[in-house]
Amino acid sequence: MKPFQTFDGLVAPIDRANVDTDAIIPKQFLKSIKRSGFGPNLFDEWRYLDVGQPGQDCTNRPKNPDFVLNQPRYQGAQILLARDNFGCGSSREHAPWALEDYGFRVIIAPSFADIFFNNSFKNGLLPIKLDAAELDVLFAQCEATEGYRLKVDLAAQTITRPDGKAIPFDVDPFRKECLLNGWDDIGLTLRHDDEIRAFEAKRRTEHPYYFA
Amino acid sequence: MAPQTLYEKLWSSHVVHQEADGTALIYIDRHLVHEVTSPQAFEGLKLAGRKPWRISSIVATADHNTPTDHWDEGITDPVSRQQVETLDANIREVGSLAYFPFKNERQGIIHVIGPENGTTLPGMTVVCGDSHTSTHGAFACLAHGIGTSEVEHVLATQCLLQKKSKTMLVKVEGQLGRGVTAKDVVLAVIGRIGTAGGTGYAIEFGGSAIRSLSMEGRMTVCNMAIEAGARAGLVAVDETTIAYLRDKPFAPKGELWDKAAAYWRTLKSDEGAQFDKIVEIDAATIAPQVTWGTSPEMVTTVDGRVPDPAQFADPVKREGAERALKYMGLAPNTAITEIAVDQVFIGSCTNSRIEDLREAAAVAKGRRKAASVKRVLVVPGSGLVKHQAEAEGLDKVFLEAGFEWREPGCSMCLAMNADRLEPGERCASTSNRNFEGRQGAGGRTHLVSPAMAAAAAVTGHFADVRELA
Repeated sequence: MKPFQTFDGLVAPIDRANVDTDAIIPKQFLKSIKRSGFGPNLFDEWRYLDVGQPGQDCTNRPKNPDFVLNQPRYQGAQILLARDNFGCGSSREHAPWALEDYGFRVIIAPSFADIFFNNSFKNGLLPIKLDAAELDVLFAQCEATEGYRLKVDLAAQTITRPDGKAIPFDVDPFRKECLLNGWDDIGLTLRHDDEIRAFEAKRRTEHPYYFA
Repeated sequence: MAPQTLYEKLWSSHVVHQEADGTALIYIDRHLVHEVTSPQAFEGLKLAGRKPWRISSIVATADHNTPTDHWDEGITDPVSRQQVETLDANIREVGSLAYFPFKNERQGIIHVIGPENGTTLPGMTVVCGDSHTSTHGAFACLAHGIGTSEVEHVLATQCLLQKKSKTMLVKVEGQLGRGVTAKDVVLAVIGRIGTAGGTGYAIEFGGSAIRSLSMEGRMTVCNMAIEAGARAGLVAVDETTIAYLRDKPFAPKGELWDKAAAYWRTLKSDEGAQFDKIVEIDAATIAPQVTWGTSPEMVTTVDGRVPDPAQFADPVKREGAERALKYMGLAPNTAITEIAVDQVFIGSCTNSRIEDLREAAAVAKGRRKAASVKRVLVVPGSGLVKHQAEAEGLDKVFLEAGFEWREPGCSMCLAMNADRLEPGERCASTSNRNFEGRQGAGGRTHLVSPAMAAAAAVTGHFADVRELA
C-alpha cells in the first residue's frame, strides 16, 4: 500500500443516502480474479445507459449525462462527498478497489457502513466521517463553485476549505499510522506470531472441539 | 465479575493482543471461503511467499457463480467458470477442513452448509468474505463478513484486526401471529431501526419470540443483521441450538460433545448485563412484511400502502423515497396487495433452508402459479436441503404448482449466474437486498418471507398469506 500523503483534490458530490456496494460496483464485475481494473465500471449502472459486461472496453459506451461523475466539471475528482450509510450492503472489497482505481482517495460522509469503512483503509482510501451540518456546507460550496477543491491533511487530521476554514476529523490512531506509513497489516500482525501461537495452544487445550 | 453480554464473552475469549487505541487482534476459529472474494487473497498470500496459518479452519464451497440448472453442461459462462476453477485450484494447493465443490452433494450456499455440517459451532469466531456471515451468529458465534484483504489476513495470521463493537439488544417478546415468520420479524426490526441503525453494534436478538424460533428462523434473523448495519447478529445458546447440532457431521462426538455442550450452555448474556442500546418489539404487532423501495428499511406491512414521499420530513429521506419509487415504478399510496409481480424467487442464504421450503410449499400445495407470473424459481440452499425437500415431496408440490425446482446456489439473490430479472421486471423475493439492480440491471425487488413469496406466485400480486388459509 502506498503511504497516504497530504493532497489537494477536486471534489465531486453524490447527494444520496445509502449508496450500496452493489451500486458502487455491480455483481458482474466481481467475477474478475484481479484486484485492479475496476475503475471504468465504478457506479456502472448509474454511469452508463447500457448494461456493462466484464472485460468490455468502456470508452465508447453510452454515458448517462445526468450522472454527476459524467459532468465535465468533475473530471479528475479525487474526493467524494456522500451521505449517510455510504458503502452499505455487500462486503465486496471490489467497491474500494473501484473507487481507488477511478482516482478517489478520500470519501467524506456523515456515516459509513462498517465493512466498507474497514475495507477502505486496507486500500489507501481514507473514509472521513463529518457532521451532517458540516457536510451540508461542503455540498453547497461544491455545487456553487466549479473546480471546488479541498486539502486533506491526514497527519494533522484536517480538511481545509478554499475559504481557509480547517475542519478537524477523527481517525483511529492505529489506522492513521498504517495509512501514513503505507504499512501492510499482515506484516504488522505477524510481529505478534508468538502471541498468536500461545493463544492458539491454550485454546486447543481448553476447547479441543474447535480443532477437529 | 460484572455481568457480561454474550458479545463481551465472545470478544474477550478471542483477544490475542490489544493496541493502546483498542484495536485488537482477534483469533479466528472458522474461515469460510467462496469463489468470489477469495482469489485475490490467495494470490496475495502466494506473492508474499506466505502459507496459510491453520488449514483446518477452512471450509469452502462455490456458490455465487454456479448455475442452478443444466449441471450436465457445467458452468458455461467462461468468466464464472474461471473463478470457480480458481477456487478449486487454490483449495487443492492449500488444503481445507472441508471443501464442497460445484456438483458435490453437499455443495450449497456457504451460510447454509456451514451450520448444516456442524462446522459452525457455538463460541466460535466465524469469518467469510461475505457480509451475510452474520447468519452464523444464530449459534452464538461471533460471526461477520470481511473484505478480501481481511480474507488474506486471516489466511496468513489466523487473526483479524478489530475494534470492539457496541452492543444492542433487540428484544422481541410475545407470540408471533399465524403466517408471521422470522423474515417478517427481521424486516420489522430493520423498518424500526433503519439500515444504519445497527452500524457499530453487534445486535443480540432475544426475547420469547426469538427463543421460540427454530435454528433456521434464527439464522434468517441474524442473516439480515447486516441489513440493519450490524456486522454481527447473535442469539444465545439454548436447547434448540444444542439439539440442532447433535450428530451433525463435524460436531464433536462422545465426551468431547459433553464438554462442548457444557461450555456452550454458558453462551448467553448474564442477568443484569448492560447493553449500549435496547430496542423492544411486541411480537403480536408484527404483520407479514413487504418492502416497497430500494433499501431494506423501505418496508411496510402487506395490508399497508406505498408511502407518499411528500410526507417525509427529512429532505435526504424524501429524495431517497422519490428516487426509490421512480426506480420501482410505483405510485405513492398504492395498496401493497395491488402490486403485481413478474417473477418470484424463493432461495438465498436468508430463506433457502428446509423450513423455508416447507413454508412456501404449504402455500403452494394444491394451487397453481398465476398465469401472469412468468417464472417462479425455487432454489434450495444446499444439496442436503434439496435432498431433504425431495424426501418430503416438496419438489412435487412446487412442480405441480408450476414452480421451477432448481439446483442449490446463491442464484437470483445477486444474479451472478444466469438467474436474473430483466429490466423493469418485478420480483417477490425471499432474499435480503432490494438494492437497484441487485437481481439484474433494472430489476425491481420486493423482499418477503417464503410463505409470502409463494402467495404472490399463486395470486400474481402481493397477498396476505394469513387470508390464503
